[in-house]
Amino acid sequence: MQIKAFGAATIATLLTGGAWAQEQSIIVQSTTSTANSGLYDHLLPMFENETGIKVNVVAVGTGQAIKNAENCDGDVLLVHARSAEEAFVEAGYGTERMDLMYNDFVIVGPEDDPAGVGGMEDVRAALSKIAGEGALFASRGDDSGTNRKEMALWAETGIDPSAASGDWYRETGSGMGATLNAGIGMGAYVMTDRATWISFENKQDYEIQVQGDADMFNQYGVIPVSPERCPSVNAEAAQTFADWLVSDEGQDAIAAYTVADQQLFFPNASSD
Amino acid sequence: MILPLAVRDLVLRFGQANVLNGLSFDLGGSGCTMIMGPNGSGKSLLLKLLHGLMTPSGGRIEWGGRAPRDVTARQALVFQKPVLLRRSVAANIDFVLRARGKDRDRRDALLEHVGLGHKASQPARLLSGGEAQRLALARALATDPEVLLLDEPTASLDPASVVAIEGIVADARARGVRVIFVTHDIGQARRMADDVLFLQRGRIAEHTPAAAFFHAPQSQAARDYLNGRIVV
Amino acid sequence: MGEAVTLALQLVLSGDPDLLEIVLLSLRVSLTATVLACLIGLPIGSLVAIGRFPGRNAVLIVMNALMGLPPVVVGLLVYLHLSRSGPLGFLGLLYTPTAMIIAQTLLIAPIVAALSRQVLEDLHAEYSEQFRSLCLTRVQAVEALLWDARYSLLTVGLAGFGRAVAEVGAVIIVGGNIDHLTRVMTTAIALETSKGDLALALALGIILLVIALGVNAAVQSVRMTATRQAYV
Repeated sequence: MQIKAFGAATIATLLTGGAWAQEQSIIVQSTTSTANSGLYDHLLPMFENETGIKVNVVAVGTGQAIKNAENCDGDVLLVHARSAEEAFVEAGYGTERMDLMYNDFVIVGPEDDPAGVGGMEDVRAALSKIAGEGALFASRGDDSGTNRKEMALWAETGIDPSAASGDWYRETGSGMGATLNAGIGMGAYVMTDRATWISFENKQDYEIQVQGDADMFNQYGVIPVSPERCPSVNAEAAQTFADWLVSDEGQDAIAAYTVADQQLFFPNASSD
Repeated sequence: MILPLAVRDLVLRFGQANVLNGLSFDLGGSGCTMIMGPNGSGKSLLLKLLHGLMTPSGGRIEWGGRAPRDVTARQALVFQKPVLLRRSVAANIDFVLRARGKDRDRRDALLEHVGLGHKASQPARLLSGGEAQRLALARALATDPEVLLLDEPTASLDPASVVAIEGIVADARARGVRVIFVTHDIGQARRMADDVLFLQRGRIAEHTPAAAFFHAPQSQAARDYLNGRIVV
Repeated sequence: MGEAVTLALQLVLSGDPDLLEIVLLSLRVSLTATVLACLIGLPIGSLVAIGRFPGRNAVLIVMNALMGLPPVVVGLLVYLHLSRSGPLGFLGLLYTPTAMIIAQTLLIAPIVAALSRQVLEDLHAEYSEQFRSLCLTRVQAVEALLWDARYSLLTVGLAGFGRAVAEVGAVIIVGGNIDHLTRVMTTAIALETSKGDLALALALGIILLVIALGVNAAVQSVRMTATRQAYV
């Protein structure tokens, strides 16, 4: 009996045991690029020191982040797929959407540049050329913000890459990092956000081949989850976090974050 | 008392073959009955039927008017190969005393009685064959059986162990425990038996008092067996 | 590879507090899940091992098939239940170590049940006749089987622990890989891989392997001691 009682007590301790019960904490459903680039490691300590609110980041693809937030499994949504974000607010899941910052997408490829797109600015022309050459192209294929952007660009070229899926067009169904690893492994072009690319550590002989098109702009938005739709959210803390991000202080902090002396994100919250 | 035992027209069938073929006999309230007979004559199966571990295909067994299954707990069976728990010698006895709601203080006396007091804390499965069988006997006696069923308990044991085990069984018999003992060992039967039940090919070849059996066996099979001829 | 080994050594020797936190959480989550899975799986395993009931074969097949449950499916099922919009959302367990424990428990309970069923059934085949002779109740029999099979069942527990501590699919969905809250070894490895820091990912993998080796070696030494003493 003593052994049983001891076992039960141990299990109870292990199950409930201590340190994760923070007094004030919020969950941010976030896109992976902001997490993988290390931006949160830079921002969150400042915010937490100032407000005492602990921020827990769940980093998944934009599609899954939105879905999770719709299930009320987050207090703040921070992603990059503007139309989906607006639909999220429209449907009542979020209180308001605020522009937060931007960076841009680039297309990276192997040094020998098999499709000959190196130095191009016009992303549509570059995609058409890759498709025309039948050069390998690795897509995330996971309904993430990056994937949605890529599909929108393909649509504008009039090419349906999914017809070549499994041939030169390779859908990994994975996150940005996994897709980069896979693309680099097979010598395929990959469209990625610049922040992820700069902080990515397995570049091998890859370099940025296509950049600078105005349509490669990548806008991030932040949305507190609506307490009306999701009574369980910590609305006050969520609003505090969103407000801090778009405040002068938060925006300066974003601008100050660099990797390898390069600024990864450019704050552009409207000041009103 | 659950005795006398009455067995009538007992049949045990495996598929088409009758391994026990119409046994009828009575056993009285005391003494030691030896069941003998060649291999495959059904001795061990008979023991399991008497103990209620198997169900007969035909006929009936009654212990003082009750079915074997109802009196299993009032008997104890010692198997040819003792099945000991993977624990210490003492824990093997403790387990039975506790499971059967007996006085647990008796453990040491039981172990002393079978000469295993000094091995109490050793793992049971490291005992020699003779020691293991003595532990099995102590475990059987721990249940305070009215009937002690023994299935060749000394087969392939050294002479000293045989003597020790026979002593323990004789002691139990002297205290009024009814003993039913399967053996191949004619010398052992001579030493222990009050009466002998001789089986051949699933039938009773003869059932006679020990003196008569060893002096003038009535059946040809028993005569051949006692003379050391091969009997099947 | 060499770089990863060096990095692993550096990480361990530097006593990196983040690494320690992740390692301890991995152990806490997976060991707790293993204990809980045993509390669920062992009774089911023993019930099926000694029980004879209609549909038993179907239960066996299902139990064995569930050993191959994909972690990501378990994670998804647990997510759907623990999500704020799910039936158990009011508990607020999603993205906590408790959610990870629940997912891993569900993942490995079938492994414990199926493997322990096999172990206990084999032991029961050896013990059952003796147990029936001793007139043990079903509960007494199960208790004795569990205790006597304890060292074999340790290995069963290890198999469950190995599966739990190595899986990433379930914990990353229900835990969210939140730094300082739900990040464990496997989700940290997945994260470093996605950052392209393959050397660090591999270094973490090596550390995980060493931890698993340590746990297995500890259990193995217990088992070997038991084997020497014939308790297995």
